[in-house]
Amino acid sequence: MTQLLVGTKKGLFVLGGDNGSFQVESRSFAGEPVEFAARDARTGRYFACVTSAFYGPKVFVADDPGGEWQQAEGIALPESEEKALVRMWCVVPGEEDGLLYAGGDPGVLFESRDGGLTWELNKPFWEQPTRPEWGPGAGGMCLHSIATWPGDPSRLALAISAVGVWLSDDGGETWRHGNQGLVPRYLPEEAREDTFDLCVHNLHRHPAKPERLFMQFHGGVYRSDDAGESWIDIGTGLPSDFGFPLVIDPDDADSAFVIPLVADLDRVTPDGRVRVYETRDAGASWTPRGDGLPAEDAYLTILRQAFGRSGSGETMELYFGATSGDVFGSRDAGGTWFTAAANLPPVHSVRVA
Amino acid sequence: MAVVRLRAPLSELAGGRREVELEGATVAEVLRALERAHPDITGWIIDERGKIREHVNVFVNRESGQEDTTVAPGDRLHVIPAISGG
Repeated sequence: MTQLLVGTKKGLFVLGGDNGSFQVESRSFAGEPVEFAARDARTGRYFACVTSAFYGPKVFVADDPGGEWQQAEGIALPESEEKALVRMWCVVPGEEDGLLYAGGDPGVLFESRDGGLTWELNKPFWEQPTRPEWGPGAGGMCLHSIATWPGDPSRLALAISAVGVWLSDDGGETWRHGNQGLVPRYLPEEAREDTFDLCVHNLHRHPAKPERLFMQFHGGVYRSDDAGESWIDIGTGLPSDFGFPLVIDPDDADSAFVIPLVADLDRVTPDGRVRVYETRDAGASWTPRGDGLPAEDAYLTILRQAFGRSGSGETMELYFGATSGDVFGSRDAGGTWFTAAANLPPVHSVRVA
Repeated sequence: MAVVRLRAPLSELAGGRREVELEGATVAEVLRALERAHPDITGWIIDERGKIREHVNVFVNRESGQEDTTVAPGDRLHVIPAISGG
């Protein structure tokens, strides 16, 4: 049995199913935008990032996603007259017992050391001296990717739209840029050098080879082999190097899966055809995987958190959702696909519980 | 004392109470008193800047109020979601 957590514009849907047949097991936060939901496999605890149109952003926790959710404490900025928290984008388990990270808008990192019940703002990152110069992407100044280093809580990589990659070697006490090689084609050439106006859409570290990361950029797919210090463009061979989500196969450090969209001005699947692209050679080549996905008149948008996986290797399960309300799945690492759900509200996030 | 009237989900955060009597000379003072009386509601009506959230309306009796709107004893504050959304 696979359980999917599908965050949508109108609530969190928990889908359960097997062999390609999924049903809605529960719906929580009815009417509220759920940006992200995930389960911490270490504790079994569920997390949901909810942005009420009326009452602001919150993180909720539950032991049963179909039961009662409890608001986590501490998800707020320091009181001031300037900024308020806009949205929460992700919750990620850390590399120590009870440690979790959460990212949000305006480019903020929170840490929890009690399994996600209470949170504190990472002040060194909040107090970055260049912060007044930071600018948001179209989705806000979202800290959407937090890449821990397996077994080493001191090393972290963050990605923000649109403030690039940030690295820490001391558990978040100090931070530095990791942007070498990224090319923001959306800026004039003379404005590209040394800019940190860098719109990263997604970033993942490979657990078996932690110095390797893959990135979906705002126009560009990149790989890093030096823990995020520098980046190599690997987008050649894709129908478009624009897109949002990215997934890797934990068994294969040369693997990445992306879902190309036409371009920043036309954020739909190219040629009216939905296809996931897979590399197994670290980006040297890409192979379309679309068997079972809509192949004509399908102009879908897949958002940055709307692609999840479980397992690894040939039986890895992949699931992604679109703003059309469709959720697609594969139980053979993208070889064949099926429709796991249709007619949901616009999908913001998909994770396997 | 002013009377703050709450709807769900705010009333649930106030222990299920749809009306709460509170002291305060302005809307902001009354809402801060509400947070002190019912800490679970902190952050839901007023954000970190001390501002009423953009899509929350606070009426003092029949008139739309702001943070600095004067509140007199016996006034009724209605906290309701704005007519917005998608």
